[in-house]
Amino acid sequence: MTTEPMTPRASREEQVLERIERARRRRPRVREERVTLAHGAGGKATQTLVEALFVEAFRNPALETLDDGAVLSVDGGRLVFTTDSHVVSPLFFPGGDIGELAVNGTVNDLAVCGARPLYLSAGFVLEEGFPVDDLRRIVASMADAAARAGVSIVTGDTKVVERGKADGCFITTSGIGVLDGEALSASAVRPGDAILVSGPIGDHGVTVMLARGELDLEADLTSDTAALHGLTAALLDAVPGGVRMMRDATRGGVATVLNEIAQASGLGVVLDEAAVPVRPAVAGACELLGIEPLYVACEGRFVAVVDGDRAGAALDALRGHPLGAGAALVGTVRDDPPGLVLLRTAFGGTRIADMLVGDPLPRIC
Amino acid sequence: MRFVDEYRDAEQAHVLSARIAALCEPGRHYKFMEVCGGHTHTIYKHGLEDYLPESVQLVHGPGCPVCVIPMGRVDDAVAIARADPDVILTSFGDMMRVPGGTGSFLDAKAAGADIRMVYSPLDALKIAKRNPDRRVVFMAIGFETTAPSTAMTVLRAAAEGIGNFSVFCNHVTIIPGIKAILDSPDLRLDGFLGPGHVSTVIGCRPYEFIAAEYGKPLVCAGFEPLDVLQSVHMLLEQLDEGRSEVENQYARVVPWDGNPRALEAIGKVMELRPYFEWRGLGFISHSALRMRDDYARYDAERIFDLPGVRVADPKACQCGEVLKGVLEPWECKVFGTACTPETPIGTCMVSSEGACAAYYNFGRFTRERVKEAARA
Repeated sequence: MTTEPMTPRASREEQVLERIERARRRRPRVREERVTLAHGAGGKATQTLVEALFVEAFRNPALETLDDGAVLSVDGGRLVFTTDSHVVSPLFFPGGDIGELAVNGTVNDLAVCGARPLYLSAGFVLEEGFPVDDLRRIVASMADAAARAGVSIVTGDTKVVERGKADGCFITTSGIGVLDGEALSASAVRPGDAILVSGPIGDHGVTVMLARGELDLEADLTSDTAALHGLTAALLDAVPGGVRMMRDATRGGVATVLNEIAQASGLGVVLDEAAVPVRPAVAGACELLGIEPLYVACEGRFVAVVDGDRAGAALDALRGHPLGAGAALVGTVRDDPPGLVLLRTAFGGTRIADMLVGDPLPRIC
Repeated sequence: MRFVDEYRDAEQAHVLSARIAALCEPGRHYKFMEVCGGHTHTIYKHGLEDYLPESVQLVHGPGCPVCVIPMGRVDDAVAIARADPDVILTSFGDMMRVPGGTGSFLDAKAAGADIRMVYSPLDALKIAKRNPDRRVVFMAIGFETTAPSTAMTVLRAAAEGIGNFSVFCNHVTIIPGIKAILDSPDLRLDGFLGPGHVSTVIGCRPYEFIAAEYGKPLVCAGFEPLDVLQSVHMLLEQLDEGRSEVENQYARVVPWDGNPRALEAIGKVMELRPYFEWRGLGFISHSALRMRDDYARYDAERIFDLPGVRVADPKACQCGEVLKGVLEPWECKVFGTACTPETPIGTCMVSSEGACAAYYNFGRFTRERVKEAARA
């Protein structure tokens, strides 16, 4: 920090900024009268809804960690339990479909908690008129994905709603895994830790946006959807005790995950934009749409925070696995500024990368 | 993105940064307005202020299209969306969160209105073709940048005889907005970064009065980081040499006399309104476009019964002063407390291009502190 005396103007600016910081630390409150799409977009609105409504009502220690899964002690062992609902349009997209996504998403929520995924449930909400052939494809794809991930779908549920009351097919999957090693949590993050991403970001989100056909853009892209338990296991084995936490970068993207890490640990994250792997087609589509790749959803990538001294070994372990070939060290954890993500831009400037407010809305010019 | 990489070369930026610093007179403070929201976005996105000396201050002007839409027009659009279950209202993504007096498009959508985000007016026309039994309205916003595509869409709808498509026209024109700012008695600016996108349509010639009558230099600027730095350098060079001219940094895209085809399309379909309200700036004569009589059947204002109620800006909101560059975003009374990106009162906070949202998201910590922390 500069030691020169501050001008009155600078001092006033500091006061305003401090006031904002105080306001930001206030308990979140849902101000909207109705749920909007922003509440499901994975950013600030989702966080507010979850914390102000769900956590407030269901409060318990396992839930309050707000990790991807809950760690539960059962008869001397530890289970990880997680659930996830899947709504995607279109249902079939290059590189995957809703069924594969539903299995992989839940497997990944278990994997990033450090657990070995074992069993899944599958709940279907189907719209009257939905083609059985499409359902058959989705279910076959789920079975394949479960077989690849080594998990069994052991229970389920089916509901059919009237035409117009759902968008074809929604799937909810819950999962149970066993925790063999240490529980991972954002509270374990320390200054000096390294931040890794497991591969190029944004492939899934941009692929789905293009598959909707609203953009008249074409790119040779496929979704990154994949089950990551093999990759997370390889990382945990390579640096035992060195992995602080992992989180898959689904809705809200990598920037949202990093903000969650910063807020949960009370530490700062400094991200090096130039080091973040982004495919040219994803970068190009985002540039045209005025969306930042850091906020675009992935379905087969995770962010890992590892002991800074063992970052090299961690990176080697990731890159040695087929799903982690594009892994990169993208940032570090610091004391300051607490709770914030700073971005060193590829251009050489610096700025704050905040959590997404609602859906990433394209700019018009 | 190989086609933009050459405008994002950090080494070149350091060279320009040094040349900018060398041109600054010691003890003098320079204040330039970037008219366009796209510039504001570039400046924050790339952390461009790190390359400028403390004595060069960039202030954010009125060129963010959603920032200048008054609340009453948002309410009118919501009224159209709710007029009838047959109506599909379409608009650009930026509009979805803009607060009206009775809520935003997102709120109206959550309450049951069929409001859809589109990427261009042609997409709205496609929706109309796919839904012949519905009435599709495109809420058109933006400066001369987006007006030609609205006009061309109306011309296509007319050529194809599509009867269920109309436009709620809210296009504004940039020159009266800049003039209103120049005429503001409390304004102290040294020059302008001219809006690049608008200028691809209108050219540079319409700005000549700014240099000639008001003695302020204007450099028509592109949107890549090196474009912005070079434009600042060109402004400082003019001041250093005692000149006040209109210059074109963005010549690779902007023709001096504009794009005659785009201007012709606008002129064919639209005409100037006698007056239009700008959020924060009030009513400005001849500052917006409406549909011509020849295209009345594509004019949502004539098809639907609009409340047309003027909704006063919230008293605490100082968007007007921020738009004129008189106040910094953080100097507004409600900045960051009552007015945040999650709960915007003023439109400057809604759009990611809005000066307040950009400052809130990217500049909450002073430049020095961010730099220090990133270096640590």
